[in-house]
Order: sequence, then structure tokens, then C-alpha cells
Amino acid sequence: MIPAAFDYVRPADLDEVLGILRDRQGEAKLLSGGYSLLPLLKLRLAQPELLVDLRDVGGLDGIVHTDDDIRIGGRVTHKRIQEDEGLARSLPIMREAAVGIGDPQVRNWGTIGGSVAHADPSSDWPAVLLALGASVVLRSAGGERVMPVRGFFLDTFVTQIEPTEVLTEVRIPHPARNGGGAYKKLERRAGDFSTVGVAVQLALSDDGRIASIGIGLTAVADAPFAATEAEKVLTDARPGNEVIQEAAAMASKQSKPVTDSHGPADYKRAMVAEMTTRAIRAALQRAGA
Amino acid sequence: MTTQHVSVTVNGEVREADVEPRLLLVHLLRENFGLTGTHVGCDTSNCGACTVHVDGVSAKSCTMLAVQANGSTIKTIEGMANGADLHPLQQAFWDQHGLQCGFCTPGMIMQSAWLLEQNPDPSEAEIREGISGNLCRCTGYVNIVKSIQQAAQQMQAAESAPAEPAAAS
Repeated sequence: MIPAAFDYVRPADLDEVLGILRDRQGEAKLLSGGYSLLPLLKLRLAQPELLVDLRDVGGLDGIVHTDDDIRIGGRVTHKRIQEDEGLARSLPIMREAAVGIGDPQVRNWGTIGGSVAHADPSSDWPAVLLALGASVVLRSAGGERVMPVRGFFLDTFVTQIEPTEVLTEVRIPHPARNGGGAYKKLERRAGDFSTVGVAVQLALSDDGRIASIGIGLTAVADAPFAATEAEKVLTDARPGNEVIQEAAAMASKQSKPVTDSHGPADYKRAMVAEMTTRAIRAALQRAGA
Repeated sequence: MTTQHVSVTVNGEVREADVEPRLLLVHLLRENFGLTGTHVGCDTSNCGACTVHVDGVSAKSCTMLAVQANGSTIKTIEGMANGADLHPLQQAFWDQHGLQCGFCTPGMIMQSAWLLEQNPDPSEAEIREGISGNLCRCTGYVNIVKSIQQAAQQMQAAESAPAEPAAAS
């Protein structure tokens, strides 16, 4: 399969990228790892006039723990997230999600910024970032804005990113004390896109209640979303089978899966409940419940 | 059609071409440079038959543009043997019957080589995970795993062996 013709540039730094995006609004598409974009180009589902390769752009590849939050550069690969010991200690959910993405070659090249900006409705990072209450940093020639991921994913392949902006960084709040998280992905074959993916990050209060919880779902709607009704059920609740099942049912109800090669919609709704249950239980266990 | 100049070092040799930006790396290697050891299997980033090393990192060359590789160092299956001496992985695939039709083998060997650079002594599970992006429709992977295990042992033994004397008199 051969993509439609396009021009290609590989700017040396971010300022040059932002200038090009400003001057060629709507014509340019950013290329990071390429493992999502190239297949789309080959299927001619995307036919940009200009590809702007971020490969030489420095300063987007850090994993930094600041006083405020944890900052992951947009060009950080899935492999680096998988191998980062600091992240694995503070947010085990990150490694758990990273190792399930594609295969080793995909993880070698694919980046978190590329994946989030691409917003495939079945990709893993959006669900995880929704559960974590993360934000994304969007930079343009005119400045920078920080936007919570809740509200960022609008539709299939559609986000709040403007054509002039680059997603430069993902910011994740430090996990709360007595925190725990888990990502549970149901896939037909190892390395496939999710049939259902559920991310949970929660924190327990000293008296054993669920002080806070984020639940992100992927592959079961036009865009990844937060299971807000399930979160409401569990917030301030004492963990137990009944309330977990109630929350799982709410998550299932809030999902809008479609019948496709991964299975019928009814099956997927049932699996949302099951995977939500498993993710909540695993997160509780990691939180020390 | 506008072309761009691409210069890459392939298996130690500088190779150049003027290409359309949409040309895939695998086609640059096969069509422009005549290196047909790298195979096009699925052409959808799944099967791994097109796996090569780009700047030391394994990549599916059907999912990378030739222009993306401009300035990079590339290693393909043709760069594995040292003259008539097969690379330990090539020898091991021969010894352990790690191939039947052979279509997946170049990608399988390049991915295995990368895996052994990352992890010279992988467990069976780590080997299976390491080649999970490479599909073989003949062997059921059992002999491929054995091949990689043999190569890992030999490469480690060679690594830890004292340097050979210059020449036997």
C-alpha cells in the first residue's frame, strides 16, 4: 500500500515546527513515531499535504518528577515508559499499560504524545490518562495552554488540539497517599487494540473508604471517556463486592460499543462490567485495601 | 513529482537515492538498493517480516518512510553474516530448524538480534514476548525459540571466552 503524495520536512527544533504549523494551517500533519499515522496514510484515510517529522526536535523526551506533578514529554516512547523505574514505583498503571501496546517494534518508536494526539478510540493511553486526571500541554507559536484530558477527547481521531498546536507534554498528578491503579485490557490476540480497556486510579482514606477514584474506558465509544457515573458510586464508598458491581454496571451503561470484528455490542457491554470489576479490584489491592 | 535526497548507511556502506517522500523504507531497501532480504509481509505493521535496525533500534520498515531514515544507520539481514561465516542467530535457525518457508526469517532474526542486545540471557517467556511482533505461519514458534536460545548461549559463551590467540603457530 502506497500513501498519497505529500511533502516532508524534518525541522531542527520546536520553534521551526510551530512556525510551519502557523503558516500551513490545516495542511500539515505531525509525525512522531509513525506507527499510527503511517498505516492511516497507507490506507489513504489521511492525505495531508505536508508531513512535519518531530524526530529531530529535542526537549520533548523527558520524564521529570516535579513538586507539582509528573511530566512526560510528548516524544517519550512506550518503551521508555515501560522501562522507567521511577514511574513504575509511583504509578504502576503506566508500565502495565505500556507493555500491552502493540509489540516491541511499535513500542520502540511509538510515543505517548503521538498516541494521545492521534486519539484512536481504541488506544490505551487516553483511558489511563483519564483515570489519572492528567493534563496535556498544547504549544503553538502564540503560546501554551494546559488542558485537562477530561474534555480533550471529542470524537474518533478528534481532540481539542488546534491545527497550529503541538502536544508537547503530558502532566500527571502525583498519586495520593494510599493510592493504587490498574489497567485491564481485553484483547483478542496479544498486542491487538483493546476490545475493552479499563483504567482505574484510586486512593483510600484512613478509614478505608475510597477517597477518590478515576475510571477511564477505551474502545467502547466514539472516543475514550471517563466512567463518571461509576466514579460517583464509588467515591466515599467502603469497598465491597456489591458497590463494585454497581459501579461496573454503571460503567457498562455509560459505554456505547459497536458490533465489529472484536465482537457484538452486547458482549462488549458485558466485558466492560467484567474488566471494570477486575481493574477496581486490582487497584484496591495495590492501594493496600 | 518532488523528490528528496536520502543518504543512509546500510550494513556499513553509505547508500544514496532521490525518492518521493511517500516511499517506504522497505521499498528503498528492496527496490532502490536491491536488498531483497528484507521482506514485505502484511504491509500493515503486524507481521514483522520487514524488521530492520534503524540506529540500533528494531523497526518495521513498512511503517517508516525512507525520508524518516535519512541520516540513519540501518542494518538488514544482509549485514548479519561475516563473509561466509553465518551470524550465530543464522546458524542457530539452521541448526534448530527455526524456519520452514523462510518468509518470516529475516525479520525474525533481526528482531531476535535486537532482543539479545537488550537482554543477552532472556528466559523463554522473554523471548516469546520479544518476538511477539513477528508472525510465523509455519513453525508454531517452538523451533524459533530454540534457535534464539542456542544463539544466546553461543553469543554469551563467545563474550565470556578469553580472546583467541593471534594465530596458531
